[in-house]
This record gives sequence, structure tokens and C-alpha cells, in this order.
Amino acid sequence: MTATTKQFRAIRPGRIFVWTLLALGGIAMITPFVFMISTSLKTPDQVYDLRFIPAMPTLRNYVELFEDGRFSAWFINSLVTSTLVTLSVLFFDSLVGYTLSKYRFRGRNLVFIAILSTLMIPTEMLVIPWYVMSSHFGWLDSYWGIMFPGLITGFGVFLMRQFFGTVPDELIDAARIDGLSEFRIWWEIALPLVAPALSALAIFTFLGNWTAFLWPLIVTSDRDLFTVPVGLSSFASENLTRWEMVMTGAAVSTIPTLIVFIIFQKYIIRGVVLSGLKG
Amino acid sequence: MLLRDNMTISQKRAATAWLFLLVPVIFFMVVRFWPTLQSAWISLTEGPLMGPREFVGIDNYTRMFADPEFWTVFINTFEYLAIGLPVSLFLSFVVAYFLDQVRLMHGFIRALYFVPYLTTAVAMAWVWRWFYEPVPIGLFNQILSTVGLPQQPFLRSMAQALPSVLAPAIWAGLGFQVIIFLAGLRAIPDTYYEAARIDGVGRWTILWEITLPLLKPTLLFLVVVSSIGFLRIFDQVYNMTVDGQGGPLNATRPLVLNIYNSAFVDYEMGYATAQTMVLFIVLLAITVAQLRLLRSK
Repeated sequence: MTATTKQFRAIRPGRIFVWTLLALGGIAMITPFVFMISTSLKTPDQVYDLRFIPAMPTLRNYVELFEDGRFSAWFINSLVTSTLVTLSVLFFDSLVGYTLSKYRFRGRNLVFIAILSTLMIPTEMLVIPWYVMSSHFGWLDSYWGIMFPGLITGFGVFLMRQFFGTVPDELIDAARIDGLSEFRIWWEIALPLVAPALSALAIFTFLGNWTAFLWPLIVTSDRDLFTVPVGLSSFASENLTRWEMVMTGAAVSTIPTLIVFIIFQKYIIRGVVLSGLKG
Repeated sequence: MLLRDNMTISQKRAATAWLFLLVPVIFFMVVRFWPTLQSAWISLTEGPLMGPREFVGIDNYTRMFADPEFWTVFINTFEYLAIGLPVSLFLSFVVAYFLDQVRLMHGFIRALYFVPYLTTAVAMAWVWRWFYEPVPIGLFNQILSTVGLPQQPFLRSMAQALPSVLAPAIWAGLGFQVIIFLAGLRAIPDTYYEAARIDGVGRWTILWEITLPLLKPTLLFLVVVSSIGFLRIFDQVYNMTVDGQGGPLNATRPLVLNIYNSAFVDYEMGYATAQTMVLFIVLLAITVAQLRLLRSK
């Protein structure tokens, strides 16, 4: 809306120059993806041929990667842990955000400030106690070990509290008069009203866990329990002579996030703006 | 039942609220606050991973400050920040400033810049590592040789390795910065620009006198978020240097990689946590400075 009024005042030749500049920059931004995907479709002897479209494109590398079995295991590990963490975050972060936004009780502000303050503690400082804790309780090399630190997040609580603030109190009071239990008021009345915020939180949590590297690297040493990034890291350092396989592995770990982005682009960009400007 | 019947409505609500908060509050205590305190304690001790820990006072800290390798790593970490921050902010501002004026394919171009932000840093580190390889493998050296320029060692050079590792980190974060800048630019009321144009003010003056001053909160936010990101760099270094060691000769090793090595290669948890305390204090100082600046506005 504001952009259109600005636009009509601009000079035409300048416009073409600006557009070309932006387009060239944009192409440079996706060049690594183009090379990654094109190389993953090449045979070993064509890897150093710089052509975008391979002379003889083949899916053989992908077949070989998944026939190995390890990559499929890593893929499943990532898929299961990221999904479970996302479900937990959606449930708990929205429940806490709702409670802190809609109930008045002593200690409310203290709880909120305490949760917010956890955002200031860098993960790097926590991984060592987490590791000691995991090794003590036998959580190393388990799904639970990979997942437990992320099950509830301070950022999500903050985001959901902001959004539940926009749900009118009258609606909740009306539901109480109708005799709904407090839990069902949250679940059936309030939650559907913040669906856009929930989807943004879901996408960010899933992608964040899918791409996470430091903690999964620390907590897993059994190759069968690696997540995709940890597996790729070990796979790639073993296969430095076979760049077409390294690129196939990179593509397999990146393509799901690209698909999520293409489908949910609008939510993701809105989510970045909302969380970014308020954060 | 009796207890419940005797409660007032607001007491019942408070009880419900605490019931809802029970699991999360325990979670935050066990998984965030307790480990934070433990971290501070471990940094004052020595001992095996599972066995008893011996209190050694500030020994880990004196050892750290006397260790030349720690200072190399400390300087490297700030080098990532000192190059990464200005370069990424300049590039993202230029992109956002022009993209704001374009309507044709605006969404598509924005998506091109944003895609790297969402992808796996590990995968992209390996793609970039491949680009930096010598001829005939690496893309960059192939291009250089095609146009007749000398080959570059990139990751194998003491001088070039750190910027080479930093490049994919800047590339990956650019889209986020562009989106935030775009939102900041949109928030500036059009009336300011109209008034300036009626007065016949030139483009550069509008940029310096109106756009940039009004973008100050956005800029401040990005400075803090990006600084924290560059100071915590790890994924790229671990995956782009030989055996994840931050070489050649520690030239690219940042603080987080040193922490990782102390803890999970040497199993010196006390020494590693002492280093995490340094990271924590640096990041805290940046956040506090941001809050101060925002309040003084």
C-alpha cells in the first residue's frame, strides 16, 4: 500500500537498474542450492563439469544414499524427534501463554519474568550440565535425550502470551457461564482463535529442530541415532572424495525445509516480522 | 471436594492457573535454571565426568586467562563479529532499501533472499566447502581460472580461512535481516517522505536525514541479534575445517568450538564451563546495552 505510492514517483531507467541488481543478487543467493541439486543428479565423472543441467541427469546417487540405510535412519530420527518436540511446544507453550495472559493470580509476573529471563541464557552454557545429566540418567543416545531440552521454550511462551492477549475476556466468561471446564475453554474456545500464531510457532519449532546441530552432536554417539545434520556431518567427512554423494546428502537434508518454506512462505515471513519486531 | 467448595472463585481460578503451570514450571527449573547454577559450580571444580568433583576455586579461570590458545580463540570470535556485522548489515540494508521500492516480483525476490535462512547450516557449510576446493573441484577456483586470475587457497590459508568460513554464515542470515529492515521501512509514515519531496529534498538527504534516523530501533535490534549470532558461530566452522578443529592452526576456531573441544574431546568439563561463563557475560553485556539504549531513547 505504501510501497505503491512511493513507486509511482520513481524514475523508470533507475527502476530497471534496481530490479536487475536485486534479481542478480537473488540469483547469487540461490546459486549454492542450484549447484547442490544439479551435482546430486550427476554421475561421478561429470561432477566437475560446471553445467547447471547435467548431461545425463540420474537419481542413482539418491538410490545409493538410501540403500545404505543409515541416511534413512537419520531421516526418521529427525522426523520423529522434530515432530514430537513441535507437538510438545505447541501444547505447553500455548497453555502457559494462555494462563499467563488470561488468569490473575499472585506470582503471575514472577513466572513470566522468570521464563523470559531464560532467553538470555545461551544454550552453549547449558549443554555441559545437560550432558552430565543425560549421562547420569542414561539419556545419551536416545530420542528422549535429543528432545528433552526443547520440549518447552521461553520464546514460544512469550509469543503465545502476546497472541492470547488479543482474545476477548468476554468470550471466555461466556464459555464459563455455559459450564465448560477451564481446560476445555482453553482447548476449544481460545486455541482455535490463535491458529495463525500456532502455525507460525509450529513451523519455526519444526525447522529449528530439524536443523539443530550442537546438542544432537553432543548427545548422540551411536550412528543409528544421529539426526540428519549430525549424520550428514559425519557422512560428508568420510566421503570427501565423492562430492556428488556429499551434495546428495546435503540435498536430502535441505529439500524438506525448502518444501516447508514454499508451502508456508506467507506464515513464515509474517512470523519473522512479528517475532523479530517484538523480540 | 470440601476444600474446593470453600474456595472463592478467584482462588479456584488461581488454583487452575497453577495446575496448568505445574509441569512447565518444573521443566524450566530442572532444564534451565538448575543447569545454569550447575554451570557456574562446575566451572569452579575439576574431576571426571561421573565421579566426584573437587572444588578448585578460580583455577579454571586463571588457567584460561593464561592460555594463549584461549586468547587466539577469543580474538577470532570477535573477528567474526567485526567483519560479519558491518558486511551483513550493509548488504541487507541495500537489498531491503531497493526491494522496498520494487513491486514487480517483490515477493519472489524476497523469497530468493530468504531461503538460505531456513536451510540446514551443516548442509550449506558442505556446499560452500566444496566451492572453496582447488581446481578442478571447486567452483570459485574454476571461475577464477576461467577468467585468468590466480588460484586462491581459501580454507587452506591462515589469512583467508576465517572470512571464507564467515561467508556462508553471512549469506544464511541475510534474508532475516532483509525481512526485518523491510518491516522497519514499511513502518515509516509516508507523510515524512511527501513533506520532504514538497520541500524538494534530494534522495540522499532523505535517506540520511529521514530513513536512517527513523530506522534506529530496527537497526539496534538487528545489531544485537546478529552480534549474538556471530559470537556463537559453530556449525559452519565445525563442518568447513579439517576434522572440525577450526584450522589451519586455530585460525578459524571460535569460542563455541573451543568449548566443545574442551568438554567433549578432552572431557574437561570444569575448564569448558569456565569458557561458557565468558560467552555468557559477553552476550549479557550486549543485551543489557541494548535495553539501556532503548530506554534512553
